[in-house]
Amino acid sequence: MQEIINIFIRSVFIDNMIFAFFIGMCSYLAVSKTVKTSIGLGVAVIFVQIITVPINYLLLEYIMKPGALSWMSDSFKDVDLSFLSFMVYIATIAAMTQLVEMIIEKFSPALYNSLGIFLPLIAVNCAILAGSLFMEQREYKNMGEVLSWGLGSGVGWMLAIVSLAAVREKLKYNKIPAPLRGIGITFIITGLMGIAFMSFLGIKV
Amino acid sequence: MSLLNSKNFKLLANPLNLDNPVTVQILGICSALAVTTKLKPAIVMGLSVIVVTAFSNLVISIMRNSIPPRIRIIVQLVVVASMVILVDQLLRAFVYDVSKQLSVYVGLIITNCIIMGRLEAFAMGNKPWPSFMDGIGNGIGYSIILIVVAFIRELFGSGAIMGYQVVPQSFYDAGYINNGMMIMPTMALVLVGVIIWIQRSFNKELIEKE
Repeated sequence: MQEIINIFIRSVFIDNMIFAFFIGMCSYLAVSKTVKTSIGLGVAVIFVQIITVPINYLLLEYIMKPGALSWMSDSFKDVDLSFLSFMVYIATIAAMTQLVEMIIEKFSPALYNSLGIFLPLIAVNCAILAGSLFMEQREYKNMGEVLSWGLGSGVGWMLAIVSLAAVREKLKYNKIPAPLRGIGITFIITGLMGIAFMSFLGIKV
Repeated sequence: MSLLNSKNFKLLANPLNLDNPVTVQILGICSALAVTTKLKPAIVMGLSVIVVTAFSNLVISIMRNSIPPRIRIIVQLVVVASMVILVDQLLRAFVYDVSKQLSVYVGLIITNCIIMGRLEAFAMGNKPWPSFMDGIGNGIGYSIILIVVAFIRELFGSGAIMGYQVVPQSFYDAGYINNGMMIMPTMALVLVGVIIWIQRSFNKELIEKE
């Protein structure tokens, strides 16, 4: 249990997707103009993350790992399909976002209206794919750890985008050198926020 | 038909400056920043992206008339993913240490917005050869930014270029210290911000309206 909480805290603050690995920057920079839309995208990312990461974990564990197919028959125990992982992960993600979109549209039109436009964007959000790739690289041991990593990385991403959006809303009233206006200053602000987040590095969990 | 007439050359040259994927189109930032602490991984990453953009542009452009529009994203992702698997296996076979350093970022080329962006914006509506040129041009534009950022970070962060020490020992004896900030991931963001600043002060038309 303690391990699971540790993974959650690590993934939100210390290994934050944006500030420690720069993952999911494209939509982070593009959709952070207002707080409201960034909350929508953040929630959608968390949502997709806690669905796709565990599914990809199961696929990795029972189909793609070296020897993972031995539950089918002993003759498969030398099969190593791990080179397929990129393709399988991205297919799961694309299929899942499509499925989630359809389910939400059917059962909760209100949620669909607020999240709907973001869901197709998410299929190509690096943060989602990276969630699965890091899950493979860090070799999480059981479902609890995997879920906690999925949730934590999504929450960390949302935290980052909402705080940047809050800064950018205030930025409108400031006088910025013309060539730096818009995207230039956003980069520098993100850099400064990253430096602030580095203060979490000292935490031992 | 000449393969390198002025129109095709423009496709190749525009992304280098006025239409640069990183600083102007703001695509593909994720990997641009994370692999730039050292020059060598940055160059390898740049080359991989050039190969993947060029060839996936080419393949999608050849198939463009037979892809049903509703499922085009999945088709594009599958094509890109197979290109990336090829590149990843090649890197593991020939430059294993760099491939370890790049870790998940090779896989992330799949969702690199440069590739999807170019496929959607260009390859879906143009003939194979111009799409191929566009892919190469954008790949090179991306690599240039990567190499500039990596050069600055490696020079000031560890006093070396391509792993060779260039800041002489006598400097360190005299009290020169490597700037540890440059190694930190966040400095890459600030550096790209500064590059954008410099580029836009030379090209006034790129400045955003208030």
